[in-house]
Amino acid sequence: MDLTSLTIKQAHEGFKNGEFTSVDLTKAYLDKIKKQDKEINAYLSVSEDLALEMAKSADEKIKSGEFCLPAGRQGMLCGIPCAIKDSILVEGQKCTVGSKILENYIAPYDATVINKLKAEGAVILGKTNTDEFTMGSSTERSAFGSTKNPHDKTRVPGGSSGGSAAAIAANMALFALGTDTGGSIRQPASFCGVVGLCPTYGAVSRYGVIAHASSLDQVGPLAKNVEDAEIVFEAISGKDKMDATSVDYKFENSEINLEGIKIGVPKEYFAKGIDPEVEKIIKETIKKAEKAGAKIVNISLPSTEYSLACYYIIDPAEISANLARFDGIRYGFSAGGKDLLDVYLKSRGDGFGDEPKRRIMIGTYVLSSGYYDAYYKKAQEVRQFIKNDFAKAFEKVDLIFCPVSPFPAFKIGEKMDDPMSMYLADIYTVPMKLAGLPGISVPVGKVGNLPVGLQIIGNHFQENKILSVARQIERLDK
Amino acid sequence: MLFCDRITIYMISKEEVQHIAKLARLELSEKEIEKMQADLTEILGYFDLLKNVPPLHPVIRQGAPSNDGASLRNDVVEPRNASIAENIIAASPDKKDGYIKVKTIL
Repeated sequence: MDLTSLTIKQAHEGFKNGEFTSVDLTKAYLDKIKKQDKEINAYLSVSEDLALEMAKSADEKIKSGEFCLPAGRQGMLCGIPCAIKDSILVEGQKCTVGSKILENYIAPYDATVINKLKAEGAVILGKTNTDEFTMGSSTERSAFGSTKNPHDKTRVPGGSSGGSAAAIAANMALFALGTDTGGSIRQPASFCGVVGLCPTYGAVSRYGVIAHASSLDQVGPLAKNVEDAEIVFEAISGKDKMDATSVDYKFENSEINLEGIKIGVPKEYFAKGIDPEVEKIIKETIKKAEKAGAKIVNISLPSTEYSLACYYIIDPAEISANLARFDGIRYGFSAGGKDLLDVYLKSRGDGFGDEPKRRIMIGTYVLSSGYYDAYYKKAQEVRQFIKNDFAKAFEKVDLIFCPVSPFPAFKIGEKMDDPMSMYLADIYTVPMKLAGLPGISVPVGKVGNLPVGLQIIGNHFQENKILSVARQIERLDK
Repeated sequence: MLFCDRITIYMISKEEVQHIAKLARLELSEKEIEKMQADLTEILGYFDLLKNVPPLHPVIRQGAPSNDGASLRNDVVEPRNASIAENIIAASPDKKDGYIKVKTIL
């Protein structure tokens, strides 16, 4: 039996029945990483010692029958090996977020999501690749080389959580954590044929997550199936006093039947630019949902065409503020210099790669005197327009179905010299982020051997609806 | 000035790039400045799309009452593990006697 092909529930049953231990499972994953990851480059670092230590301690708890049981939980993650995107702090482990400026930075404490996983007894295998400071849609912008798509190694895995998605697709972790600012969980999940959930803004604590754009960043799970994603989401969500934007919210699993549910299909997501094969797969899935009893409602989100421009003003504006802290003094890399200003200029000039520099420049421009009203203030107004558009849609429908990406995984190198075409890859994942909504990517088909994901968007804190319907879509497709 | 379809794209000048880089505390090479000129011109040109947004209702323009859930914590000191402070200082590039070293400011 290949232990690395099991789901969380299957592995949990295996532990309970004494068929194998967490150490066995962890070793199986570590072996797979050793064999495959030279080629795929999903991991930036593998923490073998930490993983085995955590697995041993999980085994003791499993043996004693107590599992790891934070109040009210079932101990489903006890002994389960996972991968963590390298933008999330794990105490004592390197955290580079794909940047040279943090190449040797050791995380001083655990992020809240890591604390929660540790309390559940999960096993951390290592840290996964990301575009530098999570800015990108392909992982090609990592300072440590691109990750390759396990389905076709000449193609990107998507990004920025491409390392996490590729690790799941190649069975090099049972689940992974990623972060999503403008599509960074859903798009790689779609490209790699795995499930990726971007929770409602505020559902999961951002404490200990290296900031990209604070009004948009959210942590979420990538997993082999919807059920696994749900187990992980339940474990990491909830109010955290260390993150003022986290919300007192308790996820409750519910069975919402596809039959009778109203699904909105926004016409703007099927406009020009979409790959006809992708369009066909998404529309066929919508038909299947209709056959299963769902009511399909054609809707319009007129703000869609302005979303990308709005996003690429707000996102860089927040980046330019958030990345000011990397000054050559407090973290990681310092280039030295004759005076303080010189240290700033040189450390940032040498330490940041092209994309963070570009976004810091755009952000500084749109916030600078004389341009603030025309760009930043305008974008904030448009953001409200987008929020209202979605709010109106959710008066009529329960969920929205649309593609995650206009095309399947693209070739490595294809978009690297053209930043604008890379930004356009985010066209379907950005709008709901600006409204703080939750969304999932579920694999529903393939173009050749390249996976295609369906995006299911729900209203705020309706992850239960999204996950329940996603589980049924997963079954319909088989 | 370049003209492209309906929108007017102003070429961002080298001086503008240098001014913004100075504000952003970024040292850019000559080559980077040139590339940045082209990239910023294209990206900022794309933002002109927002000029086509239909006039928004004043309520939309001002934004709805905040639903982002941000809340303030009580202003009290909470004890934390001393090792966190030690780890934070250890992660800085230049330090002495438990302090982060900074170049002379004045």
